[in-house]
Amino acid sequence: MILGGGTGGTITANRLRRTLPESMDITVVDSNNHHIYQPGLLFVPFGLAEPDHLIRPRDRQLHHGIEYMDAVVESVDIAGSRVHFSGGRTAEYDVLVIATGAVLMPEETEGLDVSGARPNMFTFYSLDGARALRDALATFTAGRIVVNVVDMPIKCPVAPLEFCFLADWFFRERGIRDAVALTYVTPLDGAFTKPVASQRLGELLAAKGIEVVTEFNTGTVDGDAGRLVSYDDREVPFDLAVVVPLHGGAAYVGRSDGLGDELHFIPTDMQTLQSTVAPNVFVIGDAAGLPVSKAGSVTHFEGEVVTENIRRFLAGERLDASYDGHANCFIETGFGKAVLIDFNYDTEPLPGHYPGPVGLPLLRESHLNHLGKLMFEWFYWHALLPGHSIPGISSEMPAAGKHHATSVTG
Amino acid sequence: MSVVSLPVIDLALNEEGFFLHPEDWREDMVPALAAREGIDQLTDRHWQVINFMRSEYFAKGTGPTVRVLGKTSGVSIKELYQLFPKGPAKVAARIAGIPKPRGCI
Repeated sequence: MILGGGTGGTITANRLRRTLPESMDITVVDSNNHHIYQPGLLFVPFGLAEPDHLIRPRDRQLHHGIEYMDAVVESVDIAGSRVHFSGGRTAEYDVLVIATGAVLMPEETEGLDVSGARPNMFTFYSLDGARALRDALATFTAGRIVVNVVDMPIKCPVAPLEFCFLADWFFRERGIRDAVALTYVTPLDGAFTKPVASQRLGELLAAKGIEVVTEFNTGTVDGDAGRLVSYDDREVPFDLAVVVPLHGGAAYVGRSDGLGDELHFIPTDMQTLQSTVAPNVFVIGDAAGLPVSKAGSVTHFEGEVVTENIRRFLAGERLDASYDGHANCFIETGFGKAVLIDFNYDTEPLPGHYPGPVGLPLLRESHLNHLGKLMFEWFYWHALLPGHSIPGISSEMPAAGKHHATSVTG
Repeated sequence: MSVVSLPVIDLALNEEGFFLHPEDWREDMVPALAAREGIDQLTDRHWQVINFMRSEYFAKGTGPTVRVLGKTSGVSIKELYQLFPKGPAKVAARIAGIPKPRGCI
């Protein structure tokens, strides 16, 4: 039984269907039939993506022989290997895959309301939010826009940076960039979590005239006064705030004894992707409490490992498929360019080329990377969700093509 | 008068001031470690956080973030900032002798 019909659930179901015998039932559960292409949300506020085009039916992404079930999970009884659904139904499982991702928790921050009810507070981390923000940006002519990440971890940790870059492009195109101040406010001590990428991205922000406020832990978003207030009483004024709320795991995790941590993410083995709360519970994607980015590329690379380990678990074999923390992402930087980063648990994003010495440039703006980002949407629906490996792109991070500190010349 | 030379301890810290070897830490180092962070007056509330950081680290392999501290340590985020003004998770981790909490990647 697979909880969640998003990226991770769909990949796992399709890969498992090819791996497991017909006699084994595979069921995917979700509470609505809208699969959203989440990387597209970033583009909606700038009129670069149409919200309705980002949605496809979840069940249509699943191969034959996979059951799709529309239900709300009430809780999981890990000791009894049983899922309780609202309405009183229950179902038992041999193996449970948790793929219910991360949810936004704006209620954890005082004053934060991204429902669209406030005229100066938005998020682009939901379809409705992105749509409301598009309307607000279209009529914004002057003032201070603040992009604030409340706390880590968040989905796609580079997306707020991309938002800044695209906002810079957006207002330049409209000829009013001089009238708009852009400020990026982050709880981190730099633009990104890893040193080399943080420095390069920090330089890019500076070059585009985007102010950065670091180590800011947002305690209150005061819409009436138009200011962010940190827990240590610093203030950042805004006319329009674009806020990425605190993330947590799905609500049912909090209602299930012993399943999740404080933020409802699932404690998971870094290598095998088996949960550490029960041997027959596996985790993929944003739902996992792992020190990896919550990103589609991570989920894609995890898919191969989690599927193989589930096969081994069912066959009574040792789980030896191993995930190395591989992640990569295109960072849209505006004006038809993008930066690509590629990293894993041990290797931070470095300059060079991907997937080998001849390939897309890493940690450097290029038009080629922008095309890569655009092409990715097609790959997402037609290769990634069906659970195919993309030729030349392995689950393990390639070391060739990366320049380590000693050989960095630029 | 007699003079006793007590052994001076060389602690291995990384470039950000976090312990490389959490097992080097001893309770009696805490006042000196706290003073390095500008905290001269250690209260029971400081100790509550420091002890919590260590037990979380040994149980889970990483120290908690500010958010998790606020939810689980019994000390609110607001008070955590009063106790450790320069950033509760990092400062308390340095005083508790554990590596930098891996809040995120």
